[in-house]
Amino acid sequence: MSKVLLEVEGLKKYFPTKKGILHAVDDVSFTIEEGKTLGVVGESGCGKSTTGRAILRLLEPTAGRVTFDGVDVAGLNAEELRKMRTKMQIIFQDPFSSLNPRMTVSQAIEEPIRLHGIITDKKEREERVMELMETVGLAPRLYHAYPHELDGGRRQRIGIARALAVNPKFIVCDEPVSALDVSIQAQILNLMEDLQDNLGLTYMFITHDLSVVHHFSDDIAVMYLGKLIEKAPADELFANPTHPYTEALLSAIPIPSLHNRRERIIMKGEITSPINPPKACRFANRCPYATERCFHVEPELKEIRPGHFVSCLLRDH
Amino acid sequence: MEKEYALNIEDLKVVYKTQHSVVHAVNSLDLKLEKGKALGLVGETGAGKTTTGLAVLGLVPNPPGIVERGSIFLNGRDVLKMNKKELRKIRGKEVSMIFQDPMTSLNPVLTVEEQISEVIRTHNKVNRKEALEKARQMLEMVGIPGERGSEYPHQFSGGMKQRVVIAIALACQPDVLIADEPTTALDVTIQAQVLEMMKALKEKYNTSMVMITHDLGIVAEICDEVSVMYAGHVVEHGTLEDIFDNTRHPYTRGLFDSLPNMEDRSQRLKPIKGLMPDPSNLPEGCAFCTRCAYATEQCEKVKPPRFWRNDTHYVECHLYSENDIQKGEVLKNE
Repeated sequence: MSKVLLEVEGLKKYFPTKKGILHAVDDVSFTIEEGKTLGVVGESGCGKSTTGRAILRLLEPTAGRVTFDGVDVAGLNAEELRKMRTKMQIIFQDPFSSLNPRMTVSQAIEEPIRLHGIITDKKEREERVMELMETVGLAPRLYHAYPHELDGGRRQRIGIARALAVNPKFIVCDEPVSALDVSIQAQILNLMEDLQDNLGLTYMFITHDLSVVHHFSDDIAVMYLGKLIEKAPADELFANPTHPYTEALLSAIPIPSLHNRRERIIMKGEITSPINPPKACRFANRCPYATERCFHVEPELKEIRPGHFVSCLLRDH
Repeated sequence: MEKEYALNIEDLKVVYKTQHSVVHAVNSLDLKLEKGKALGLVGETGAGKTTTGLAVLGLVPNPPGIVERGSIFLNGRDVLKMNKKELRKIRGKEVSMIFQDPMTSLNPVLTVEEQISEVIRTHNKVNRKEALEKARQMLEMVGIPGERGSEYPHQFSGGMKQRVVIAIALACQPDVLIADEPTTALDVTIQAQVLEMMKALKEKYNTSMVMITHDLGIVAEICDEVSVMYAGHVVEHGTLEDIFDNTRHPYTRGLFDSLPNMEDRSQRLKPIKGLMPDPSNLPEGCAFCTRCAYATEQCEKVKPPRFWRNDTHYVECHLYSENDIQKGEVLKNE
């Protein structure tokens, strides 16, 4: 077995609101091995992005432990955290709003190298920017271009170059291709795969697109209302979805083929409020199999097969 | 038997004129929608899908948009020849449009029942009370309790708002419904609910529908026919079987190959190289030639003719001729 790079234990992130405590991430634990990709899926509001941000301490976790490469991230002071950020990076969803409109492509990519003092010589820094532009497939003529001159795919390449600029080991990819057209989406996914192979990167890949996550991830974690409800290797999860929510979620993917069509499970209702959730299964009110017990007992994540974890009272033995 | 078309667009050309350039948004577009059928209009951002939809309702913003030529026959009458008053009469009654973003297409200061009853009162001789009554019925029909009609849009979730938009679009039972990416902003389980509902309502009222989308999965789910659009022009058209199982155009093939394979996740994606050409500076010949792996010199210079594979399926591509359009192996050998 390869080395565990990231270990998350009992991670919680609560937000106080006027109506009560919003449990955005509630007791989430998982590990990611070096060089692998963990896909995190779920619907809007399930806490997948908050989890990514809490790991990087872009949001301060309410509770829980994050161990990265043997170091407890929560215990770092500001200066140590700044240093740690060269190892852990993030790529944001929206390439239209995550870039400074007043910085050229080269300035945007140079910024993290300069701020982290990775290369102090200006000339060398420029060379490194050119090298990074080549790595992510940006033509040299775009060196002095501004983001507004570029399409979404190219802007996302800038976002990737910025993340790579500090030679990270681990990148949280928060919906990196959601805003892109399919043909461009495929270009970016291939680029990210190549970078992983060449640089040995570890990814946490957050998305709501299930066919993309299946293609891209080694393991997949499914989240619902702040809870991690199922986690398994990608093929295992798609072959044997065990939590009723995962089952419904997978059946809802529109398949672009006229063959192998499957019956869809149409779920009733919508995701409920994460404010002051009851001590019970959070999916119970939408679950077609829910019993009385599901409304009173909180299920725990259990390993039902090697590597396959699920949190459902109906699957308990 | 002669087919009856609910919507028949021929040779439509729409441009957006700005100070510096002329953007060719829709270029000689042909589109036919049979009564009671659902047509998928597929293409990437900037292909001119939404502009086509707006043109059918006479809503292309002018300036800068100009409909340069063509005809759009809706129930046998040309929309492009109608005056403002006639257009107002058909909007909502004969043709309705569902816009992509339910968060911005509702009026935040009116209750949802007021917004639904607005279209009912425009087209029917009913009083305010009757219209509100009907509005509540429409809400029930799209799966929202009628008493929530007195609430404002911000009190609804994204999926609920899109249901309200659909209720407005269907309130006067239009003959043609143009749905512009109706589920793109929604989560996949909510998308499944909304698609299921649209399918049922289409059956119930025998509505003809144009489904504008970039998602081939949605097309397979609810459409009968597909038009694949590239740079403002339909490059391939056919039934679901024609397009999904007998793909002919390299662009259509490229769209399928860009999608992750659900059966085999180790298979590498095959993206279409490059980007959509600048619509203010389109190539002289085939608009796809700059990204096509099979492009020849002829493709750059000459617009490809239309070849029919059968009565329902045509493709516009120089790879084929009248004789060999039946054989599809051109694309499979790669």
